[in-house]
Amino acid sequence: MHSKETEAATQKAKDLIRMSVARACCLEPLQEFSLPVDKNALVVGGGVAGMTAALSLANQRHDVYLVEKEKQLGGMARRIHSTLEGMDVQAYLNDLMHKVYQHPLVHVYTEAAIVDAEGYVGNFTTKVRSKRGLTEIKHGAAIIAIGAEEHRPTEYLYGEDERVMTQLELEERIAADDTAITDAQSLVMIQCVGCRNEDRNYCSRICCSHAVKNALTLKEQNPSMDIYVLFRDMRTYRFAEDYYRKASENNVKFIRYEPEDAPVVEAADGEDRPVLRVTATDYILGRKIELDADLLVLSAATVPASTSDEVSRQFKVTLGPDGFFTEAHVKLRPVDFAAEGIFLCGTAHYPKHIGETISQAYGAAGRAAGLLSQDSLIASGSVCQVEESMCVSCGACISACSYGAIDFHENAQGYRAARVNPVLCKGDGLCNAKCPTGAIQLKHFTDKEIVRQLDAEIPDPKILATA
Amino acid sequence: MEGEGAFKPRVVGFLCNWCCYGGADLCGVSRFQYPPYIRVIRVMCSGRVDPAFVLKAFANGVDGVFIGGCHINDCHYNTEGNYDAYGMASIVKKLLEQIGLDQNRLRLEWVSAGEGIRFAEVMNDFSAKLKKMGPIGKSEGVPDDVLKRRLEAAMQMVPYIKLVERERLHSNLRTEEAYEKFYASEECDRLFKELITDKLEISQMIALLREKPRTPVSLPSCWGCRVGYCQACQHFGAAGVVPVR
Repeated sequence: MHSKETEAATQKAKDLIRMSVARACCLEPLQEFSLPVDKNALVVGGGVAGMTAALSLANQRHDVYLVEKEKQLGGMARRIHSTLEGMDVQAYLNDLMHKVYQHPLVHVYTEAAIVDAEGYVGNFTTKVRSKRGLTEIKHGAAIIAIGAEEHRPTEYLYGEDERVMTQLELEERIAADDTAITDAQSLVMIQCVGCRNEDRNYCSRICCSHAVKNALTLKEQNPSMDIYVLFRDMRTYRFAEDYYRKASENNVKFIRYEPEDAPVVEAADGEDRPVLRVTATDYILGRKIELDADLLVLSAATVPASTSDEVSRQFKVTLGPDGFFTEAHVKLRPVDFAAEGIFLCGTAHYPKHIGETISQAYGAAGRAAGLLSQDSLIASGSVCQVEESMCVSCGACISACSYGAIDFHENAQGYRAARVNPVLCKGDGLCNAKCPTGAIQLKHFTDKEIVRQLDAEIPDPKILATA
Repeated sequence: MEGEGAFKPRVVGFLCNWCCYGGADLCGVSRFQYPPYIRVIRVMCSGRVDPAFVLKAFANGVDGVFIGGCHINDCHYNTEGNYDAYGMASIVKKLLEQIGLDQNRLRLEWVSAGEGIRFAEVMNDFSAKLKKMGPIGKSEGVPDDVLKRRLEAAMQMVPYIKLVERERLHSNLRTEEAYEKFYASEECDRLFKELITDKLEISQMIALLREKPRTPVSLPSCWGCRVGYCQACQHFGAAGVVPVR
């Protein structure tokens, strides 16, 4: 980076080494310490992701506490009846639920809410309020699988006209053999409702496949039905492209629209029946078209679960800009949170298909099992330490530490002084910069070490240098 | 490239382990070019940088101090120490002005671990600005001994400044806009003047008096002509000392 100034670069290298040596002279050995690991696990969310992870851990002989906020397990999958590939979701789900209830090591809490979560990797304590009352659960690892929700659209007459519904509602009505659906002559689907806009600037990923799946099912039951899909970009990714092609071959019509020129929906009188008239611009024909539909289906966005803010605060795990949980590293730690001992799977992370959710649930369970299989953990020794004789018990360090690693205690001389719990200390050293007396010091980054490093910046301290 | 005698600024940089240090590393690996003036000290979080470190660096005669942290709300720690770095740097900048130094000699920037090119850009810009400013003290017309005394006096005040920062001189709202607004506000300037400026002068007086006994008349002359006789007497009064002419 300084290839044109080789001499100055060498001088820089020498200076940096001198500075590091000056610091190294003051270093003291760190005391690594071991922490016991609680062998139990907590899984938050009893959907497909949560149940799969719970079963996987239970099969590896860990007690698992599965916390679900609804009355029944199953989550969003209760409303899904088949996959695009034609697999029976309800049969799979019933089997999974059966296994969970049967497993002696899985303890299910339904209609439960997490009141409080505290602790650290290997030793968490979470309080859960459920019908059984308030339970205190001790666990070594936690898996967050709280899922996502379907957006409630506010546009396209949703909620005003009963012929307008979301894809999930359509799927439920198809499964219930609703003749109002199967006998319809014409059906229009609109994609990207409530996402890829300014409020929610992300793609919900699963709705294209979902729409193609429902269109194909309807075509199978009533081949004469006219089905139009108004889309912005069709993304039936991976091998699901085949189903997109199949839908085209089965005469499902795909018409592209632009967000600035979104379709307009109004209730109108058709030739022989009342219809929903959808007006859109067909970019291939280059003109406005009117579609008279009996039913309008909206591919509503997948949005973060309403409880995700709360869970994020309780477990001190991060949410991304879209409100979904964020993993520690996309490639290197895809199911870990930055906070140790807490793992992530399912649509709480981002919208996913069931197959992807199951794979990730096994991944999260595997990472958690890796942690829980250890009897003890080695924690870093680069933590803060208080020199009690210098502490004036002002509490500046305590208010700076959002990890809650510092508290007051009365020492042997009867003075109140700050004390660091090394297990909770993450070693950022903010408290050092807040302490007015320099009583609290982060090991390996003490004031003395840094000032030594600073002083060694010049070979011989010149005019201004203080002794 | 430049003449032998051209001014080469000395710069000390405090880089946070997770973002800016990573950015600097990436910058090096990518072989982006920037001037070789900075001497890097790694800290775990930009919030760890004590005001005393910055003042000490200037007292040691460096021409510029750089602090690099994670982008706001991207701090690796949930203490969000980069907000504290922002607050600390804002106060130290005001202090530098009081001492008679160009406040731009202290520079705080957010550089993520992926922004190697940005680190080079910031270094190029900071180096160019420092070159324009010239050597510390001389360019500002503050003699070395006076500068040293003032910086030492400021360092003596660091514990007090920390308490003031905690009690009064901080923004209650943790957003970048709120911080920017607070430290640019008149309210903040007023508080700074009320709480710190006078104390800084008293601290300098004490530093002078520690050297040898002086009278209020002789004090201002060795002060660097910042305070008149009357003010010196006032400060003596505030400190409970009756000056003898």
